[in-house]
Amino acid sequence: MLRIHCPYCCEDRAEEEFVYAGEAGITRPLAPEQLDDAAWGDYLFFRTNPRGAHQEMWFHASGCRRYFKVLRDTVTYALAASCRMDESLPLPAVDVLP
Amino acid sequence: MARAATGISNSGHQRMQRYSFFGLARHAASFHEHWQRAWRNPVMKPGYDVIIVGGGGHGLATAYYLAKNHGVRNVAVVEKGYLGGGNTARNTTIVRSNYLWDAAAHLYEFSLKLWEGLSQELNFNLMFSQRGVLNLGHSLQEMRDIERRVTANRLNGIDGEVLTTREVKALVPLINDSPAIRYPVLGASWQPRGGTARHDALAWGYARAADNLGVDLIQQTEVTGLRIEGGVVTGVETTRGPIHARKVACVAAGNSGVLAAMAGLRLPIESHPLQALVSEPIKPVLDCVVMSNAVHAYISQSDKGDLVIGAGIDSYNGYGQRGSLPVVEHCLGAIVELFPAFSRVRMNRNWGGIVDTCPDASPIIGTTPVEGLFFNCGWGTGGFKATPGSGYVFADTVANGRPHPLAAPFSLERFHTGALIDEHGAAGVAH
Repeated sequence: MLRIHCPYCCEDRAEEEFVYAGEAGITRPLAPEQLDDAAWGDYLFFRTNPRGAHQEMWFHASGCRRYFKVLRDTVTYALAASCRMDESLPLPAVDVLP
Repeated sequence: MARAATGISNSGHQRMQRYSFFGLARHAASFHEHWQRAWRNPVMKPGYDVIIVGGGGHGLATAYYLAKNHGVRNVAVVEKGYLGGGNTARNTTIVRSNYLWDAAAHLYEFSLKLWEGLSQELNFNLMFSQRGVLNLGHSLQEMRDIERRVTANRLNGIDGEVLTTREVKALVPLINDSPAIRYPVLGASWQPRGGTARHDALAWGYARAADNLGVDLIQQTEVTGLRIEGGVVTGVETTRGPIHARKVACVAAGNSGVLAAMAGLRLPIESHPLQALVSEPIKPVLDCVVMSNAVHAYISQSDKGDLVIGAGIDSYNGYGQRGSLPVVEHCLGAIVELFPAFSRVRMNRNWGGIVDTCPDASPIIGTTPVEGLFFNCGWGTGGFKATPGSGYVFADTVANGRPHPLAAPFSLERFHTGALIDEHGAAGVAH
């Protein structure tokens, strides 16, 4: 069971209140019609899937119903930080991929 | 038997002792003290023709078919833990082939046909039991999807029937057929040739048969890097030193993305925990497999009597080989609603495996931009059933350097061409 900190409600709440919403920091291209198939496929389907620190989005479905960002370790499942969508997560300085 | 066991085969090691009733009786007479080891524990050679990264079912099957069908016997399977210790040991052992789209249906049906003769071929009892698989429908839309899928299956020569609630009740008397429950059983698809098998036996059977053909099974050795020179793979780095190879085939399930990153490649895969659990053993009560996509639960009873129950994947990414309890609670809630009689059954164990899921719930099998480097991954929640077919077509792909016709639609390029094989309906979560 994860206990996730919602930066809007300002408290740790049980995982069941939240819905996972995928990797954070994926920006939809402003002009999709100008992309080639490779760039569009990369945007749609390719994620970093790191073994270690992962920045991701969660939706507080049973709470404030707002999206926010979380920094979580995908091996230990420890949550390092949460922030609002317009803020930046304190990303680790080194890439944790082995 | 004993004389045959002392013979040396032309690949330079002891010939495989065949398992049989008479062998069992003979060994019983000597108190089972002289059984041959099922496979060797070889010393790693400096180089091989093919290195297979990952000693699970798929990797071992690939090694076996490389040696058997293609005469490529200078092969090593490099495994970081022990053989069949990853998802091969963690799945819920369901075998079926009722997939919707032609490409997937052909691949899984090819695999099911291999399953049907595999115990004899490998001389290893895989406990393959074609007890039938039910996929329940709980809404009108789900019943329409089931009718569509069964019709598609039959056009592809795969057995399947659409059953009514009454017919489901006749097959599974314990099931709750009340129309008043939250997700009432409106019917099901039924594949009589589906069933279950012994998951460990599959890995062990392939390991023993591959070893007998001269394949080196290297355990407790982790691949830490891929050697690539000028766009051509030349070997791997391991925790026990480098190994040279002309071809490297990666079959590492949830850790495929980590391996791909070593080659500078990206895969459209995300790794998620998938959980399962078994109960205490009880008397035989359930003689087929019951699955439900809508409520994310599936159940069968093993020959030992344990109820083997599978849940859905955890929504978040994870490599931790464990998931969250709310997923288990959700799954067991659905099981108890479908089978009120199981409400007092105690669960013995719960575990998680790391499944490598693709956006279209179909695997990736094929070549990569790096010459001599091949990937077979992305099987997600449903790789166990496909193990024989996967190994067969991947061995062919590796041996010939081009995709096997059955594997061709499952190329990595499909995520750029858009030719996805959307099997969320048939694969979904339930396996």
